[in-house]
Amino acid sequence: MSRPAKTLPAKGRQAQEERLRSVWANPQGWRYWTTVNNTQIGLWYASASFAFMLFAGVLALLVRLQLAAPQNDLLSADFFNQAFTLHGTVMMFLFAVPVFEAVAIFLLPPMLGARELPFPRLGAFGFWSFFLGGIFVCGSIFFDAAPSSGWFMYPPLATDKEMSGIGADIWLLGLSFIEVASIAAAVELIVGIMKCRAPGMRINLMPLFAWYLLIVAGMILFAFPPLIAGDILFEMQRMFNWPFFDAERGGDPLLWQHLFWIFGHPEVYIIFLPAIALMAMIVPTFSQRPIVGYSWIVLAAVGTGFLSFGLWVHHMFTTGLPQISLAFFSAASEAVAIPTGVQIFVFIATMLAGRVIISTPMLFGIGGLATFIIGGLTGVMVALAPFDWQAHDTYFVVAHLHYVLIGGMLFPVTAGIYYYYPLVNARHLSDRLGTIAFWLMFVGFNVAFFPMHLSGLRGMPRRVFTYPANVGWDMLNLLSTVGAFIFASGILVVVFDVLRPKHRQPRAKINPWNAGTLEWISEPEENWGVRSIPLIESRYPLWDQKNLARNVNGGRFYLADAEEGRREGLVTSVLDAKPQQVLRVGGTSYVTIVSAFALGAVFIALTFHWWIVAAASGITSFCAILWWLWTGTAEIPEKLAKDVGLGLTLPLYASGPASVGWWAMFITMVGDATAFASLVFSYFFYWTIHRDFTAGIAGPGIHWPLAAALLFVCAWIATLAARQLNKQGREAGVRVVLVGACALTVAASAAGFAGPWLYGMDPTRHVYPATVWILVLWVLAHAAVGAVMHIYCLARSFAGRLTREHDIDIHNVVLYWHFMAVTAAITFAVVGLFPGVR
Amino acid sequence: MDPAGEEAHQVLQLSVVLFCGAAAIWLGVVAALLYTARRRRKSLSEQSASRFILFGGAVLPSVTLAALLSYSLWLMPGLRPFGQAASAVLHVEVTGKQYWWHVVYRRSNGPVVVSANEIRLPVGQRVELTLASSDVIHSFWIPALGGKMDMIPGRTNRLSLLANKAGTFRGPCAEFCGTSHALMAFAVVTMEAQAFQEWLGTQARPSPRAADDGAALFLRHGCGACHAVAGIDARGTIGPDLSHLGSRLTLGAGSLPNTADAIARFITEPERIKPGVQMPSFAMLPQDDIRNIAAWLKDLE
Repeated sequence: MSRPAKTLPAKGRQAQEERLRSVWANPQGWRYWTTVNNTQIGLWYASASFAFMLFAGVLALLVRLQLAAPQNDLLSADFFNQAFTLHGTVMMFLFAVPVFEAVAIFLLPPMLGARELPFPRLGAFGFWSFFLGGIFVCGSIFFDAAPSSGWFMYPPLATDKEMSGIGADIWLLGLSFIEVASIAAAVELIVGIMKCRAPGMRINLMPLFAWYLLIVAGMILFAFPPLIAGDILFEMQRMFNWPFFDAERGGDPLLWQHLFWIFGHPEVYIIFLPAIALMAMIVPTFSQRPIVGYSWIVLAAVGTGFLSFGLWVHHMFTTGLPQISLAFFSAASEAVAIPTGVQIFVFIATMLAGRVIISTPMLFGIGGLATFIIGGLTGVMVALAPFDWQAHDTYFVVAHLHYVLIGGMLFPVTAGIYYYYPLVNARHLSDRLGTIAFWLMFVGFNVAFFPMHLSGLRGMPRRVFTYPANVGWDMLNLLSTVGAFIFASGILVVVFDVLRPKHRQPRAKINPWNAGTLEWISEPEENWGVRSIPLIESRYPLWDQKNLARNVNGGRFYLADAEEGRREGLVTSVLDAKPQQVLRVGGTSYVTIVSAFALGAVFIALTFHWWIVAAASGITSFCAILWWLWTGTAEIPEKLAKDVGLGLTLPLYASGPASVGWWAMFITMVGDATAFASLVFSYFFYWTIHRDFTAGIAGPGIHWPLAAALLFVCAWIATLAARQLNKQGREAGVRVVLVGACALTVAASAAGFAGPWLYGMDPTRHVYPATVWILVLWVLAHAAVGAVMHIYCLARSFAGRLTREHDIDIHNVVLYWHFMAVTAAITFAVVGLFPGVR
Repeated sequence: MDPAGEEAHQVLQLSVVLFCGAAAIWLGVVAALLYTARRRRKSLSEQSASRFILFGGAVLPSVTLAALLSYSLWLMPGLRPFGQAASAVLHVEVTGKQYWWHVVYRRSNGPVVVSANEIRLPVGQRVELTLASSDVIHSFWIPALGGKMDMIPGRTNRLSLLANKAGTFRGPCAEFCGTSHALMAFAVVTMEAQAFQEWLGTQARPSPRAADDGAALFLRHGCGACHAVAGIDARGTIGPDLSHLGSRLTLGAGSLPNTADAIARFITEPERIKPGVQMPSFAMLPQDDIRNIAAWLKDLE
């Protein structure tokens, strides 16, 4: 290991700091909003999601007011249904998941000793998409147009245009847009955690927060795509009358429930695990010792993430599935309690092995655990099918899920706010207000939600806007309403504490809690993240590495300067964090906002069936994204390598698996393949439920699908050949082959289209032609992107930006085409051959 | 909580085990949490802390959960014995509709009986229910007797219930089904076997008052297009069967008490009583006609 460099002369240091400061500075005035700096994006993201949380909280209070007394007529039935639907939707999609993306974007770079995440512009794009989509979804209730079929949107209630009006479209399209943002964030976090850690921070030295976020981002990648696939089927039914969920034409409402809960159950853990991650940072600090059982907790978290994908059917115990599947999913649901228990016991063991300092964050943390455990225990109960038959869809489940989410998420998040606030503006939040807030929230929460266990057991179903007076639910409901308002007042105290002006308060010192992890080095006033990128040798470097803060802030480690005026960070290897490359990330730009808003406009226009606006915004967003790629990615540096300090010289350009772009493409395509797999699942789902799933309707034949598959494989081979020729430096050959690949793609798409078209498959007639069409359209849309990639590479080649030495683009396009070829082969084999062999 | 049926009874026993166990575990863990906060205590060594995680976090929960799972899996086949459907003497078909219940009783010996929004079951006899839906997903639930089962368009689900106590209960729709989901309930009456047979017998015949004066008004105003009344020329199937409306405990699928006034109100302003209901308002009919129809319906016993 190399040691930190000797001190620089004071003058040189100042000059370095000036340069770094100006490189990482936020733009001034209204242009401030075009910044892409992770600190700003993280704060905006968090503030926006908290604002949405408060909004959804107000809706919950309205719901509680309506239910305070039997036969109450404060709210109309329809408004009540909109309110509870939006409450659930907003809390899940606009608060619980995004707030962690926010915290991760804010915290991960300093925690990993990185300057930035690898794709800051993608982060900004994600934020603006989220913000616009969120306002669109929340705003709908002011026009009496909010979704009102429950956050789970079961068809046929939600597919019927008379029973659920435009609200359902707002839900589907608005949230699909936000899901895109979530996946963008997941890609950025995974690549950031794997490739942008400080040198020496091997994967087993990573802070637990990073481990958890890596797991959660991976889960997002596999959990959100099935929902997106479901959204596509759903919206095709609403918009074009394709009968995916219409039982009369071979569809099945249960398919939606499967797709929704394959997403919905991991979603709970996507929300819960990052909160545990915050606890895993807070508990060691206030026990003043490293966590006990680091590998235990990491394995437990991985286990939880893995198991969470095998539980979804426990939301469907009453749908009449065979008892054998109930038994299987009941067992899996019980099993997930074990890794969860391990994580809690790791905290208790750490506290037992250390000396616990009682503080506001710990108060919220311990209160949260005590609350969460109740939710976990009731979770064990409802995972048992016979108990669930009684408790399902009653207030018992309402109590259960709020104990889990508020105990397991909101309390730890509040602990996190009190813990990390000094990193935001170098001031402490008030301990006195924090204690008051905690007791209001803790007491209010339990008064509100504990009685719901009882009202549920007494037979009160969920989602009722009123209830009769003589069935013994009155007192319990009144109590819940009172508790809800006490709880809300506690949250108001937290909001006040965060917002109150603090400029007269003394500055908090750096690392006020004497924590051991790297994020506490960073100074809130500076945008550069870390002054110089350190060498890490320990899980708790601030405790174990002497003088680390002084050396980092003295600029004695890597990349202490920004001579070329560029935003730079280090790329390191996945397991051992060996330095590999200097990464230059994108800076301030409008292109992110323009593309996000244009893409948002597409979704909004589709909601209202404004086809022309949708097309125009689609073209705008397409052009903006191309412009963004052309100007902002695969940039050719002015020199090959750069001296990063401490005698280390690293390349400025890397392609293929060594580059972050390749990883981002790979991860995105894994998510994409998951969505595709969900569509294939749907195809076979209909096969299992029908004796003859084709209903006697002609399929697309064998010849056209096979021709399409073959042509797609040829296009893939041509793309591979282009990469090969490029490696040999045969420029003309590359261009010819690219043109050929593009032509093959077009021909393949035409052949793919011809099958169902020539056989006259009408997607509105029955679910069989509809599933064939949806698979074919999926391939065609991907083929269009693939062809654009060919043309893009061609243009890059002519512009001299794709050469033998600088070949990022062609590597990433080939990677895309690997997935493309598999997608096309599977699709055409399934739609062409399967009806014959069934 | 107050079981009157086999399944509910077993689940109550399971619940008692679960609640006591949960309370014990919670107290134990919270005690441990509070103990960690004590100032004067010895710190645990790394080794014993790891052992604490192993036993407290992994071994103990695994054993407990395995035991619970075995208990509940052992219960399941007995509670819902779908294999021996033939052994049930009585079959009841219930179809969920926005926002009411269509009920058909089928016996091996005796005519079919059609009713709505009320279910009567014999004590001590296993009844097999066939559950379906004609519009959106509903869920059939009688808390006092057993768990719930969804009614899904395009699918037919089965449920098996065994009542062991006579009484009157409420059954709500347990799956959100639209605007008036909260107002979709039904009355459940469990009766001794003998009384049940007699009741079924009277239900199988038209009400003695069916041919009274109100019938003509009922038919003249077109009510028969949607509602059926046995014994007269009203065979509509869009709305609930009203053949013995007067004998039912509630009106409008559990939303009103069953009185002549309430019936008149329902005819006049169905949308106010039950938002989103399919029945249009008949407020334009002469007040006297409404009153007479309501009185006649109340007399159909």
